[in-house]
Amino acid sequence: MDSPLVQIEQLHKSFNSLQVLNGVDITIHRGESIVVIGQSGCGKSVLIKHVIRLLEPDKGQVVFDGQDLAQLDTKHITAVRRRIGMLFQSSALFDSLTVAENVGLGLKESRRYHEEQIKEIVREKLDMVGLTGAEQKSPAELSGGMRKRAGLARAIADNPEVLLYDEPTTGLDPITADMIDDMIVELNRKLNVTSIAVTHDMKSAFKIASRIVMLYQGKVEVDGTPDEIRNSDNPVVRQFITGSAAGPIHAR
Amino acid sequence: MDYGLHLIGRHGVNFVTKLGGLFVLLGKFLASLREIQRSSGLIFEQLYDLGVKSLPLIVIISIFVGAVSAWQAAYQFKFIGAPLRYLGQAVGKAVVIELAPVLSSLVFAGRVGAGVTAELGTMRVTEQIDALESMGISPIRYLVMPRVLACLLMVPFLVIFANFVAIIGGLVVSMVGVNVSSETFLNGFRSSFKLVDLINGLIKAGVFGLIIGIVGCYEGFNTRGGAQGVGKATTTSVVISSVLILIFNFVFALLLFRI
Repeated sequence: MDSPLVQIEQLHKSFNSLQVLNGVDITIHRGESIVVIGQSGCGKSVLIKHVIRLLEPDKGQVVFDGQDLAQLDTKHITAVRRRIGMLFQSSALFDSLTVAENVGLGLKESRRYHEEQIKEIVREKLDMVGLTGAEQKSPAELSGGMRKRAGLARAIADNPEVLLYDEPTTGLDPITADMIDDMIVELNRKLNVTSIAVTHDMKSAFKIASRIVMLYQGKVEVDGTPDEIRNSDNPVVRQFITGSAAGPIHAR
Repeated sequence: MDYGLHLIGRHGVNFVTKLGGLFVLLGKFLASLREIQRSSGLIFEQLYDLGVKSLPLIVIISIFVGAVSAWQAAYQFKFIGAPLRYLGQAVGKAVVIELAPVLSSLVFAGRVGAGVTAELGTMRVTEQIDALESMGISPIRYLVMPRVLACLLMVPFLVIFANFVAIIGGLVVSMVGVNVSSETFLNGFRSSFKLVDLINGLIKAGVFGLIIGIVGCYEGFNTRGGAQGVGKATTTSVVISSVLILIFNFVFALLLFRI
């Protein structure tokens, strides 16, 4: 087997007195589509933000393609970040820019493309996410689903090797959520990327994952294929995937 | 007693943390100036948005600052029996040294400092700053440097206008309300005008601009929570900027205007 692309080792993170991650270990290989599931507030988004060093561990390390992210200087972390695309929970589109400017911002600031090339890439990526012709719209004019798709176009603009999805279907109606799931599966296949998604939407998780990792009490509770998760007799996993209030997990 | 000590300790730690944070951000701003050319478009945008768009407000307040200072000076002169030919001198000195730099900066802190904090604070809570970082774009170079630089350059620029407009305001009140001729007023102003006073006023204005920019960006970057957090950060930004402006103004008075 090839060497892992992302290795999360004994990751600990707390905010003030709240211990969120308490020794998380996950190894991700190229081409995998990992979905991290868990209750709201269990640290899924905190975990994914460590992969792109938006947060730094209190203890433990995140290794990307053999490099410990915490040890990288500005130049090298910038290089790593350009290999990763991220779709944020709230889409995080820049209000002051049009859709085209949002999608093309990373390309423009990398200074590796001419203006004409950027326009062409923006058009191509917007086509890929079904937003043809939305170039001049402002984020305020977009629906929730369109904002996610624009965020997705921005995430894939520079052809990343890794895509991070933070709650890609949260806040969307079931039909739009399913469409976003289909788009993620399609993009992962077409762009041949490694993807890490965090969600508490089990329908979405089963659809896009090649492997599912469940976080519980700041640690990995279970790590397996969608079928293994579906058939698991672990009471924590059973309760979560059936969405039952009764069981070891308490509602927050 | 325990509660009191705990409270003092907590506020002490917060104060030191904030002060340290402001200096760290100042250092990052200075370091980011190496890439000034790369951000020239963003800088011009901010010079216009933060500075040029503040001009009408500064002009309006300056007219009244000049007007009230002429009126109050005349009132004091009458009280102590001083001749009104010194009115232009008194108004000119007060405006150039103190009133224009300090009041323009306080108004700028209210308009621009609050705006910068609210904008960056909203960007923080909606993950837009995280999104910038995730794309390998430095938020210091992209967001902080153009805003702080615009504040640093535009406050002195606005103070030049404020000086001019306030003197006009004082002149009009002297002519219409106090019966001092324009010639007498302007002669008095000219006789006491020193270039060094104007330059010192503009240096102060630059420092006040730097304070407004750094505090505004720091509070915006450290906003937590949702709408309430943005509101809180905005208020804190204006309060801290205003207090620092007045403290630094006193320090400047001691250093630049020796008795």
